[in-house]
Amino acid sequence: MNEFVAIAPLLMLALGATAVMLQIAFLRSVRLTAVVATVSLLLASASCFYANDTAPLQVGALLQADTYSLLFCILFTLAGAVTCVLSLDYIQHHGDEPEEYFLLLILATLGACVLAYAVHLASLLLGLELLSVSLYALIAYPNRSLLPLEAAIKYLVLSGAASATLLFGFALLYATTGTLHFSELGTALEQSDMGAALPMAGAAMILAGLAFKLSAVPFHLWTPDVYDGAPAPISGFLASVGKAAVFVVLLRLFLEANLFRYERLVELTGLMAILSMLAGNLLALQQTNIKRMLAYSSIAHIGYLLIVFMVCLDLSNRDIAIEAAAFYLIAYTATTLAAFGLLTLINEKRVEREQVQLQHVSGLFWRQPMLAGLMLVALLSLAGIPLTAGFIGKFYIFSAAVSGSNWILLAALIIGSGISIYYYLRVVFYMTKHAEEHKDAIELSPGWSGKALSCLLIASILVLGIMPQSLIAVLGSIL
Amino acid sequence: MMLELIVLLLAGGVVAWQSERFNTNLPRWIAMATVILGMLLLLSTISGIPADTFNMVTEPSKAENWLLYSRHEWIPRFGISLELGMDGLSLLMLILTLALGAIAIVSSWNEIEFKPGLFQANLLWTLTGVIGVFLALDLFLFFLFWEVMLIPMYLLIAIWGHENRGYAAMKFFIFTQVSGLLMLLSIIVLAVQGAGDGDISFSYGDLLGSAPTGKAGMLTMLGFFLAFTVKLPGFPFHTWLPDAHTQAPTAGSVLLAGILLKTGAYGLLRFCIPLFPEASMQFAPIAMTLGTVGIIYGAVLAFAQSDFKRLVAYSSVSHMGFVLLGLYAWNSLALQGAIMQMVAHGVSTAALFMMAGALQHRLHTRDMNRMGGLWYNAPRMGACAMFFAVASLGLPGMGNFVAEFLVLAGLFAVSPWMTAAAAIGLITAAIYSLWLMQKTFQGKPDEERKLQDFDRREMGAMVIMMAALLWLGLYPQPVFDLTQPVLEGLQPLIVNVPETLAGNIPGGTP
Repeated sequence: MNEFVAIAPLLMLALGATAVMLQIAFLRSVRLTAVVATVSLLLASASCFYANDTAPLQVGALLQADTYSLLFCILFTLAGAVTCVLSLDYIQHHGDEPEEYFLLLILATLGACVLAYAVHLASLLLGLELLSVSLYALIAYPNRSLLPLEAAIKYLVLSGAASATLLFGFALLYATTGTLHFSELGTALEQSDMGAALPMAGAAMILAGLAFKLSAVPFHLWTPDVYDGAPAPISGFLASVGKAAVFVVLLRLFLEANLFRYERLVELTGLMAILSMLAGNLLALQQTNIKRMLAYSSIAHIGYLLIVFMVCLDLSNRDIAIEAAAFYLIAYTATTLAAFGLLTLINEKRVEREQVQLQHVSGLFWRQPMLAGLMLVALLSLAGIPLTAGFIGKFYIFSAAVSGSNWILLAALIIGSGISIYYYLRVVFYMTKHAEEHKDAIELSPGWSGKALSCLLIASILVLGIMPQSLIAVLGSIL
Repeated sequence: MMLELIVLLLAGGVVAWQSERFNTNLPRWIAMATVILGMLLLLSTISGIPADTFNMVTEPSKAENWLLYSRHEWIPRFGISLELGMDGLSLLMLILTLALGAIAIVSSWNEIEFKPGLFQANLLWTLTGVIGVFLALDLFLFFLFWEVMLIPMYLLIAIWGHENRGYAAMKFFIFTQVSGLLMLLSIIVLAVQGAGDGDISFSYGDLLGSAPTGKAGMLTMLGFFLAFTVKLPGFPFHTWLPDAHTQAPTAGSVLLAGILLKTGAYGLLRFCIPLFPEASMQFAPIAMTLGTVGIIYGAVLAFAQSDFKRLVAYSSVSHMGFVLLGLYAWNSLALQGAIMQMVAHGVSTAALFMMAGALQHRLHTRDMNRMGGLWYNAPRMGACAMFFAVASLGLPGMGNFVAEFLVLAGLFAVSPWMTAAAAIGLITAAIYSLWLMQKTFQGKPDEERKLQDFDRREMGAMVIMMAALLWLGLYPQPVFDLTQPVLEGLQPLIVNVPETLAGNIPGGTP
């Protein structure tokens, strides 16, 4: 019985998916579906607190319920709910049958939550595929235009290749150790007498497969096109939950199977971190399309996050590294959702919605002061300016890297952050242009739900930035 | 009191911003009232402090030695607290900040037509950040204010600036932000290694004397030095300043030159040198060389400008060189000189920028080639400009003279050659200041030109600044009395380090 309580969020999401499916079968109403989906996501989120009473508890061989997994379950389900609300206005104007969109969204969130629970390579694959397959369909949902279709196909094909690599890696690890469970892998690798070459190759392939989902350089090439083509709320979901879930499981795999024993492999993550920080930021500089800019900037953020792997090399710094990663993931998820959500609202009544060029937000401060103000906070948080969640996250990463004395990574972090200021502020500058300078402006009329939600998101970013103590206290308990 | 002051200015900004919905004249009155209220709050608090506290030597690591001190828990995980403290130096800087804040509001009284509420709000928020910088004793909190004050300043330049504002605002932000990140890195390094195996702390008092030694100490110190020298600005990190000053609206220039630059000097004096005594003293010759080069280089470039504001901006680079020299000479004379220079330069440059703004508002140009003989059209403006030009060149009787004289006198004991080189700055200052007067107010007047002279509001602001400079020049003792205990508290931190430049120099009280 306790096992069922421990995985209550997953059951809740599965129930929610079934409920939405049934509801669609009997009555097609996009508003009702959205409500049912949002409520079931919120219920799943609430059930995490309930499940916490039984934690830590191993459920079968595949899942592990502990504070770490539950914390991220809350994050993912809340992010799913936010995406639901943001999508409502958007999807009504796109796609002929908008109801199934919400079904897919719940399934994607379920996949992300399974990843948070996963302690077994099988559940890792299950969660990952559930997340990805739902996302293919979600990206292509506005099926009347070409761009989303192109994006979905790109994601599908490349994602398939990544999954194949991942599976090959699993096979190699299984061949050496005969187990797929994370911590058993760790002990088996310890005792294995087959040499390090084979398991290391396997681990490296797993890393490559997951790095593709994280869009770390050099596996990032799909990112801008997919983000650009996908509906803006889905881009936000993909950039936040889609990445955070993969990062969470990657970190757990490395920790429990103690893959940090392969120093070369960890150095590879360091290299990926540096490349992602530099390439992501430099390429973001070139963009005039805000969605593409955010796509490249998300690559850079993954670079900042990957720093913690190098810090984890030293056992004494592992605690601060995990804490830093967790805080950064939460801050980054909230900020990314807010940024893409606001982009959705800014986009609202446009025919060609996916083209948010810089000049389209010109003068936004004077036409839509509230939206622009919220966007300002989101951008400042992405840039890591104090009083926002993004700053505390960056501060954490700095502290972790200083504890680990990773000076080269820190140098890349500072250079990257310096570059990023320019393109974030460029958006702010366009938004502050005077009234007569924006002829090509877009008309706006966002619904109240979107507005209220973005206010909530921005408020949470500010609260996390000004009073992070309580979250930090929670993070202290996951270790 | 300190938290209240910060909250007051913050809230005043919000009220001023929203008040533009009702009446476009309201924001500036509200902003003015907020600053005056802040000043009253400050004065009423210090009048409540017993007089002999002001003479007590402040030992920076002891809480009870500050004039005002408060500490609240904030982020215990990292030992971060809301730790604020005020001593004579902070008090002096606060008075300067609030006074120049009021001047800035007056100087842009009629200038801003676009979104006046948001403009005044950004002014007040900049003041909030600066005041936070002058009061923060927790290094994390200090960094927070240091960064946060950039955003309203960025918006001031980016929204209300002149023709090339986007470029200037971006340059300003990136320069300060990147150097700020280096400082953040140094702060964390200092805190992490200062903690050792114990609890981490970002408190100034805890971190004093815990700096790493040798090369690590030097690198950590450089993070601080870079951030502060960019802000100061010291040669060769000054290139953002002429652009930002020139493009900023008048009030923005007044704030930038008058107060924001002083946060750099304050940071050097309060944090960089005391936290890293050994590294700072090894670095002192380089810093002083940079100061001297800055004095001469700034003066030469100032002379080459035809843009009124750019000229004043480069003259700031030159004058801030004296501050750098005074701080790194690190004896009582030079330090008092540096502090005096911070105050006097704040006032005189603010006045010159206000003059530039007034001229631009009336003539729609900053190009001095298109001016000339303005004294004929506007005698009151001419007289004011003359006063502040000679103040800026260091005429005896004004605060600037006292400041530069003290810096040079203190520096002579440390490095006579450097003093000789820096003294050239006094001559070059005379050249560009008089050149400025010659090109604008002297020369052949254009009798056709209609130029509205200063009105009562502008004259009032000018007279107050003139009085302040004269007072600083003729009776500077109160300022020295206020800051002497602070310096006496800081100086032992360094003199104890052997083989330093300052260690051999007997400090004297002026």
